[in-house]
Amino acid sequence: MRNRKRLVFFLVFLIAVSIVAGLFAYEPLFKKWTGFRSWQLGLDLAGGSFLIYEIDLNGVAPVDRDSVVKGLRDVVERRVNLFGVREPKVYTEESAGANRLVVELAGISDVGEAIAQIGETPFLEFREIVSVEGDMAVFSPTGLTGRYVKGAQLGFDQITREAQVYLEFNDEGAGIFEEVTGRNIGQPLCIFLDGEIRSMEEDCPTVQAQISGGKAQITGRFSVDEARAIVERFNAGALPAPIKLINQQTIGADFGKDALTSSVFAGAVGTAVIILFMLIYYRRFGLFAVVALLMYIALTLAVFKIIPITLTLAGVAGFLLSVGMAVDANILVFERTKEEIKKGLNRLSAIEEGFRRAWPSIRDSNITTMISSIVLYYFTSSFVQGFALALFIGVVMSMFSAITVTRTLLRVFTVPKT
Amino acid sequence: MWNVIGKRKIFLGTSGTFMLASLVLILVLGFRPGIDLTGGTSWQLSFPEETGLEEIKNVFQKETGFIPSVKKAGDGSFIIRLPETGEELHQNYIGFLEKEFGTPVELNFSSIGPTVGRELRARAIWAVVLVLLSISFYVAFAFRKVSEPVKSWKYGGIALITLLHDAGIPAGLLALLGHFKGIEIDTNFIVALLVIVGFSVHDTIVVFDRIRENLILHRGKRIVLADLINESIRSTIARSINTSLTLVFILLALIFFGPPSIFYFVLTILVGTVIGTYSSIFVASPLLYVLRGKGVD
Repeated sequence: MRNRKRLVFFLVFLIAVSIVAGLFAYEPLFKKWTGFRSWQLGLDLAGGSFLIYEIDLNGVAPVDRDSVVKGLRDVVERRVNLFGVREPKVYTEESAGANRLVVELAGISDVGEAIAQIGETPFLEFREIVSVEGDMAVFSPTGLTGRYVKGAQLGFDQITREAQVYLEFNDEGAGIFEEVTGRNIGQPLCIFLDGEIRSMEEDCPTVQAQISGGKAQITGRFSVDEARAIVERFNAGALPAPIKLINQQTIGADFGKDALTSSVFAGAVGTAVIILFMLIYYRRFGLFAVVALLMYIALTLAVFKIIPITLTLAGVAGFLLSVGMAVDANILVFERTKEEIKKGLNRLSAIEEGFRRAWPSIRDSNITTMISSIVLYYFTSSFVQGFALALFIGVVMSMFSAITVTRTLLRVFTVPKT
Repeated sequence: MWNVIGKRKIFLGTSGTFMLASLVLILVLGFRPGIDLTGGTSWQLSFPEETGLEEIKNVFQKETGFIPSVKKAGDGSFIIRLPETGEELHQNYIGFLEKEFGTPVELNFSSIGPTVGRELRARAIWAVVLVLLSISFYVAFAFRKVSEPVKSWKYGGIALITLLHDAGIPAGLLALLGHFKGIEIDTNFIVALLVIVGFSVHDTIVVFDRIRENLILHRGKRIVLADLINESIRSTIARSINTSLTLVFILLALIFFGPPSIFYFVLTILVGTVIGTYSSIFVASPLLYVLRGKGVD
């Protein structure tokens, strides 16, 4: 019985892989042992924010659009990284001709602040005074704006210990700055932030001399935190195109955690009922289906974790549905096998016949579920995609477990009556 | 005992009535679209101090001049529906709510622009149409080898009618729930419909597969189609029910113990699964008989 030996070996191999997979998927244990990769939880389970911005490309020439969108993504990513969020995700998507920027922030407490910082370009502009009418000064833009800022640095005034922002302009900006300071010697030059100054005294230093080399400093208007924030934002860069927040979703961390705990519990209860049902209704055959089901759960979870699939509530639901469908193929095979036994076949050939005859309907019905999940995947947004992907992988894996695993189990443990 | 074909008029009549009723409900009452399909804001939050729906509405009226719709969720938190709300307004609302009821805990805040909603809706409709058609075509393709006495495209066509039945009745139910209980149709609902469609065809395939097998077995002999279909139903009914039952176990567990946020999603799938099992036996098979070719008993 060399063939049988091979089957036994294959079965032992399958079981060993499943046990490893199960341990790998079971977070508390595996992490304790190895510290290897954790489950990636989606925002709806971990808590966090999901922001979608529309990118306004009206002012950008069509040829430059790709590079502007890419540049925008990089700038926003740098800004987002400043929050110290764990694994933030920033990506662009194109949808119905519109360019969108998606930002996912896990476990952030102050979303309002995050949104403010992502969307805000510190609009800095140097303006000169052209004339004074009574108390009112008339300003004129110099064309020198934050766009020309190469880098910024936080510093402190040596005497007053006030926070200062040192700006360094790029070559083009340095040229403009030199020219502007050159024609305003002895005159005040005003630094507008977001279109405003507080007062002439505070924000309009008098130009002492023409400044070349492209370095400037803004003094005396910030607290240390404000100055630091401005420096960070200048260093992250200005947004190359305006963006508008069109979709925001924020989920509290506890809310997500409760959802995860209760889904896992419900899944466990449902699985237990399925196991009981299979054992009571199909007896000995049922036992094999149960082993295959447990192996299915372990293997599928491990596949999810290796890929890795970000686990969302929808994904968990999709997986649980696939658990509910996983034994279907077994049921079809067992029913068929029972029929064949009634017809007078011996157990072993009845089992083989059961698999062979049940196969077309198993194949056809699984393909329809795959069709549904593929369409779902391509026609929907990310939340639903998790569900579709989980369902698809689940169905493919369940065909493997219900056919290959169960058949091997049955072949090994069914001894032909002599 | 299993003379489903003999009583086909009763079964088809019942299903037809339900389908018609669902269609009327959908057309008359319509769906209550969720914010992800129309744009808007859904805001779930809880307060440290005891408060009620009216108090929240009053504060909004005082501060903003409009009264939003406010519902109480199962865990004692509140769900407030607003038009699309930018971050500035959001912070502004938090400000006056905080003054009145203490610092709120925000469980969920989603604000969706109308363009996103429109786009999602269009995609959802496309997805449903595409799934229905591709599954029907697949069934027609899978049954291409048995074109006698029922043409294989008819298997596909019947699958389509059965699927419309299985998805249509839960949809009618949701129109009813939307009218009386304010349940909203969101993307999840579309997903639920597609899951129903993908799953409920399983049982239909199992019965059709047996009919296909029996037809091939009796090829060339004179057959009584009604008896053959009855016999096929009789021998597959246990597995049709059992395969659905395992899914029903999981769905019931999710309804009783699962997170409240997917309650209606799961309920829709549950209703669809039960109806799908029923329809594979009492709708799809009788239809196959009704649509048989000429000269077949």
